[in-house]
Amino acid sequence: MDSVEHAAQTPDHPQPFADLGLKPEEYQRIRDILGRRPTSSELAMYSVMWSEHCSYKSSKVHLRQFGEKAPESEALLVGIGENAGVVDIGDGWAVTFKVESHNHPSYIEPYQGAATGVGGIVRDILSMGARPLAVMDQLRFGAVDEPDTARVVHGVVSGVGGYGNCLGLPNIGGETVFDPCYQTNPLVNALCVGAMRHEDIHVSSARGAGNLVVLYGALTGGDGIGGVSVLASESFDETGPSKRPAVQVGDPFMEKLLIECTLELLKAGLIEGIQDLGGAGLSCATSEMASNGDGGMHVWLDRVPLRDATLSPEEILMSESQERMCAVVTPANRDAFMAICQKWGVTATVIGEVTEGDRLVIEWHDEVVVDVPPRTVAHDGPVYNRPLAQPAALAPRQAVPTEPERTDPRETLLALLGSPNHSSKAWVTDQYDRYVRGNTVLAQPEDAGVIRIDEESGRGIAIATDCNARFVELDPYSGTQLALSEAYRNVAATGAVPLAVTNCLNFGSPEDPAVMWQFERAVTGLADACQQLAIPVTGGNVSFYNQTGGAAIHPTPVVGVLGVFDDVARRTPIAWGPDGELIYLLGDTREEFGGSAVATLQGLLTGMPPQVDLDAERVLAEILVAGSRDGMLTAAHDVADGGVGLALAEMAMRAGIGARTWVPDGVDAFTFLFSESAARAIVVVPRSEEMRFTEMCGARRFACERIGVVDSGLGDLLQIGDIELSIEQMSQVSGAVLPAYF
Amino acid sequence: MRVGVVTFPGTLDDIDAARAVRYAGGEAVALWHGDHDLRGVDAVVLPGGFSYGDYLRCGAIARFAPVMSEIIDAAERGMPVLGICNGFQILCEAHLLPGALVRNESLHFVCRDQGLRVENVDTAWTRGFAPNAEIVVPVKNGEGGYIADEATLDRLEGEGRVVFRYIGGNPNGSRRDIAGITNAAGNVVGLMPHPEHAIDPLTGPGTDGLGLFTALLERGHRKPRGQRAACPNTAAT
Repeated sequence: MDSVEHAAQTPDHPQPFADLGLKPEEYQRIRDILGRRPTSSELAMYSVMWSEHCSYKSSKVHLRQFGEKAPESEALLVGIGENAGVVDIGDGWAVTFKVESHNHPSYIEPYQGAATGVGGIVRDILSMGARPLAVMDQLRFGAVDEPDTARVVHGVVSGVGGYGNCLGLPNIGGETVFDPCYQTNPLVNALCVGAMRHEDIHVSSARGAGNLVVLYGALTGGDGIGGVSVLASESFDETGPSKRPAVQVGDPFMEKLLIECTLELLKAGLIEGIQDLGGAGLSCATSEMASNGDGGMHVWLDRVPLRDATLSPEEILMSESQERMCAVVTPANRDAFMAICQKWGVTATVIGEVTEGDRLVIEWHDEVVVDVPPRTVAHDGPVYNRPLAQPAALAPRQAVPTEPERTDPRETLLALLGSPNHSSKAWVTDQYDRYVRGNTVLAQPEDAGVIRIDEESGRGIAIATDCNARFVELDPYSGTQLALSEAYRNVAATGAVPLAVTNCLNFGSPEDPAVMWQFERAVTGLADACQQLAIPVTGGNVSFYNQTGGAAIHPTPVVGVLGVFDDVARRTPIAWGPDGELIYLLGDTREEFGGSAVATLQGLLTGMPPQVDLDAERVLAEILVAGSRDGMLTAAHDVADGGVGLALAEMAMRAGIGARTWVPDGVDAFTFLFSESAARAIVVVPRSEEMRFTEMCGARRFACERIGVVDSGLGDLLQIGDIELSIEQMSQVSGAVLPAYF
Repeated sequence: MRVGVVTFPGTLDDIDAARAVRYAGGEAVALWHGDHDLRGVDAVVLPGGFSYGDYLRCGAIARFAPVMSEIIDAAERGMPVLGICNGFQILCEAHLLPGALVRNESLHFVCRDQGLRVENVDTAWTRGFAPNAEIVVPVKNGEGGYIADEATLDRLEGEGRVVFRYIGGNPNGSRRDIAGITNAAGNVVGLMPHPEHAIDPLTGPGTDGLGLFTALLERGHRKPRGQRAACPNTAAT
């Protein structure tokens, strides 16, 4: 046994730090901290906690901007640094939401990788004291017709569905994108949102000497060892996926029990501090709780209930077995705590206690195998200010404006509807339960997911996540601002007031200066835009090393925006309403095709993305929210990829009612239909509200132009200028794409 | 009227079923899988979910739960019992209803708004519907394909025990498009679709599902709806 005593006596014993993902200078730093060589258990802990995934060592210096530039916000109750940020949505309700990546495991073992991605983010939300309410998934796959894509798609979609459906959380939306850049690095991001009363907010800390540390939930097994260090914090090599044992295996039934059990424990006031076990398992939970607390912690590791009795202490510390939680409980509450766990059939074991002093001490059969200052493990890891360099190819690429061939508008719109990225996603979303718990007000294919939180008042939230990675590839700063703009606009389109931002930043290797430059630009862009829109970033996640060999993915900073409703009954859907209502385009249309859907159809990726206009986004959002609040809007839909053409088609297909629309003067049909200028939306206004609505837009000096009228006399036809499309034909084309491949 | 809603470990739609009972004007009473106690309820709903994880055959373990022996006895004495989705699977495993539910033909979980025809309006749960009423309620299942031998299917058809039939497409490969059936006495009904998710246009495709719950309560009370809300705790007589 490599005890602390043994380590002190054998300073020159060679240790496999490199195999655990640590650099020589990091290993030396551990020796300096401890004043001796680490034991093998300590080495295991430091290696996982100092991994890129857990320590944010390459991203920290840039992420600081989110705090430094954060706008004043009274809504922020718990900020960056906890398991998830918490915002006040009024009436004593608090909401917490977060996105996390599970990219590498989902390429190796798509079903389990995606399933445990959902499970992990749900426990993050639970550990804030909130009831998880809904999930969303942001998926990026390789080219739709590559053979391996089907393996990943089938596994990921059934994994997200299998776990979420069995857990009883509605899936209210997300993204599904296909692009060759994700061929060997698919992205699986999962979002969870939860709610609680203000007084129920909990944080991860171990306080009060003599209090007990209780591990409860699933037994600890050998799965997921090194998941964060060896798997998530390195690039894949050319030989392809081979790190299967580092993937965790999920049990959604156990997670459901864990949720109900934990909520009952919280309600009974039996929990002093709580932390989920995710990446880095017990190493993370013990060191973070001790580091956040007011003393030290003593853990008897041999008390951890095991699925595999042969596990070593190092393996137990590194295991990422799912569906486990750690709580701090007073001795007086111990029996009541155990009784509730027993009711739910959840195994609970006292594995340690909070101590005076400031050390984290872990014993294994009466030998001390870990004796460390917990802060050095959990929070004071290495920080790198890595070199940045703009990719050499970028400036020449930006200098070539995108001028797509002006193809026939009707054929182009049908081609968009028949392309994987702009077709119906029902093949994916119909595999997810969107109804469970009975509070889903809007779900895919609406602009944002909307959930009722308070059944009495109707108070609720909207969430949208977006990222057009082609924009970010062309210009990371403005591309990321466009991702924020789109999510912000989507939330406002449903009628919710945008309140807070989260993110999941998916990039290549931070050791590549070009990738690091993209990252720095993206973070700066997002921080600047949040400052200007006056909505704070409440938390986020960074996923580096999304590359195989030298080829990185397009930078994909997924941005999520949370909005609030005083009453979800006034939500605005995308389907237009009854006959005779008027269709308006809000915002200015310019000739902007860089990174657009039509450019992509033609194989073009040059120039600059559309111009960012955050002031316009803010005014547009005010109009959309006021329109919902004052009953001036029947429907609204944001205009984003695919432009006005695709937006009109989606509204018509959702409504199943024809409409007559026209191309405004001064713009050609192709630009009108397919330009992707930002800060635009299509709204539908009852005739009785037309005057009031246009006056409101005029008072705000916001462009507002009537472009059509809902006309059931046209039956199944959507007319746009001199072209006509059958709604049934569009639905068939759009609905047939994904089923044809999968 | 007091309507029990059973929670097994892994039950998911219990709060939805309880809400539907309340919307219909009844009192929802939580029943726990481990208790030999129906708490004096007048009817029972077995809601959807994945009881005990459903890692074995769906419903195969739940049928042995302590509360199920009480429900089986009560059902045999005529108490109205509604099994939705996983509840339907449990009723089949418990032999309160014939047949079984198997993996969807598509091999995928399917969640969509589904058309149904109400073909039997004499059961405890459907007497409020017009004969052959066409309704829309969500369906969401991975193992919802109804299957039985031909003789059983013929007998169910012959005795008018097919209560709900899929229209506008069969979501899971159920034999003869069967979505829900009843026992010979008409007090036990099981169906795969989720009427409890269609009780409010805000959160579902409409209110068609509420009819199952109001039918039960109207039979229990024989009073106009307005009065029922004023005295929700009155037991049926």
